[in-house]
Amino acid sequence: MYKHTLTPVMLLIGGLTVTTAHAAPDGKDIAMKGAGGVPCQACHGLNGEGNEAGGYPRLAGMNAEYLAHQLKSFKNGSRKNPVMAPQAASLTDAQVKAVANYYAQLPVPVVQAPTPPAELMTAGESLARNGRWSDTIPACIQCHGPHGQGVDPYFPDIAGQHASYIAHQLKAWQSGQRSNDPNGLMAAVAKRLSDADIKAVAAYFASQPAAAGK
Amino acid sequence: MRTLYLQPAVTLAAALIAMPLAAAQDKRVDYQAELPKSPGVGESGYHVPPPHGDYPKGPFGEAVKRGEALFTDTQTNAGEYVGNGLNCANCHVDAGRLANSAPLWAAWVAYPAYRKKNDHVNSMEERIRGCFTYSMNAKGSKVGHAPEPGTPLLTDMEAYMYWLAKGAPTGEKLPGRGYPKLDKPPKPYSPERGAKVYADNCAICHGDTGQGRHTADGKGYVFPPLWGKDSFNWGAGMHRVNTAAAFIKANMPLGKPESLSLQDAWDVAAFVNHHDRPSDPREKGDLADTDAKFHKHQCYYGDKADGKVLGTGTGN
Repeated sequence: MYKHTLTPVMLLIGGLTVTTAHAAPDGKDIAMKGAGGVPCQACHGLNGEGNEAGGYPRLAGMNAEYLAHQLKSFKNGSRKNPVMAPQAASLTDAQVKAVANYYAQLPVPVVQAPTPPAELMTAGESLARNGRWSDTIPACIQCHGPHGQGVDPYFPDIAGQHASYIAHQLKAWQSGQRSNDPNGLMAAVAKRLSDADIKAVAAYFASQPAAAGK
Repeated sequence: MRTLYLQPAVTLAAALIAMPLAAAQDKRVDYQAELPKSPGVGESGYHVPPPHGDYPKGPFGEAVKRGEALFTDTQTNAGEYVGNGLNCANCHVDAGRLANSAPLWAAWVAYPAYRKKNDHVNSMEERIRGCFTYSMNAKGSKVGHAPEPGTPLLTDMEAYMYWLAKGAPTGEKLPGRGYPKLDKPPKPYSPERGAKVYADNCAICHGDTGQGRHTADGKGYVFPPLWGKDSFNWGAGMHRVNTAAAFIKANMPLGKPESLSLQDAWDVAAFVNHHDRPSDPREKGDLADTDAKFHKHQCYYGDKADGKVLGTGTGN
């Protein structure tokens, strides 16, 4: 009885899925083959794992709304990036949504960097966990969560992100190349960080495990 | 009193200025080396607690560590006495170290003290228990009340406070204590205007409906809920508009202190506190009586919002 009852519903769902696939852009297709520009995977990797040497961020498992906001920011210039700007400009809103959803649902690959030297680790961990309130620097974890694993949708997962990328972003906030953070919260903090702070905190979060199974 | 406390710093500064010019010009000798700061007083004139993580050795150091963990992650370490989603460090920023954010070192040297709130001299322990009763809404917790006097976790919390206050003069009203008193707003504060301030500046972290925000795995709050069942109750100091306004002006948003105008800080504090939250534990069935006895200050207890009397609570 139970099985028979379900069958028409399952058929319906099956039908709907096929219809949707034809109507909406395919996120995976954009990631793998591109949509007029360079395919995402060329820099961000086949599994969205990013690349430390190139400074390309891990995208897999990041929040979809966050990722879509970044692509829109490349389009509207609130993230100035000569590589990403033309890529993002070639995407429609529907394609932005599709490719963001695609990367969000990918399993988080293990890109965790080795533990940095003790001195760097200690300095990074201290900033991450305590901040430095004498310079009005809150602890990173106060917004990015107790393990840097993000608070959706505005505060991204920074644990297990590439150090080169984290450092580059903090500098982009300092210089104003990046200004797409809500209420200028990250810019305000980034501008109080020294180069040594940035190096330490980037190395620390790169060595932390990313959120698994989000 | 304040002048006396700052004296050592002033003396040191005078000594620096008075150094012979010739000696200072001699490049081979570092006469310009910074003199050690007077114990416990930073450049800002605020007490400086021992550095993060520089715990004393032995069993006392262990108690300090546990006390710090109780303040920063109260949910995990004292969860059985907590009836909402808050941690002590939500209102005592930087683990209770930050001046003008109700620093614990300033509280430590101010107790025992007479409090109008309960009309007797309170010990430090009783004061901490008060935080559990009101700010942490202990009545909604598993145990159902604040930790009993003598409970070891209270001793750990006191050990942490004592350690933070190292070198601070007992009995002094230290600069940076509590939240700085705010001037009156240019216009009477308004929850209606505050709603816009909230949406523009606070909702990103605290949510559109004051519900706070969780970790990505949904297990705990990262940003504390500001009203509703998981926030502080109607007996907590923060439900007073003036207290919340002072905290907000000096500390919010995180990393952007003093960024709101005086009017905006008052208005948004009014908006936040113009919502219901867990009931006042002193209320025993007669809200009007509790209002008359305990709420003769700047608050909305007993007033109406959306046709409902504020103070009736959220069921916990």
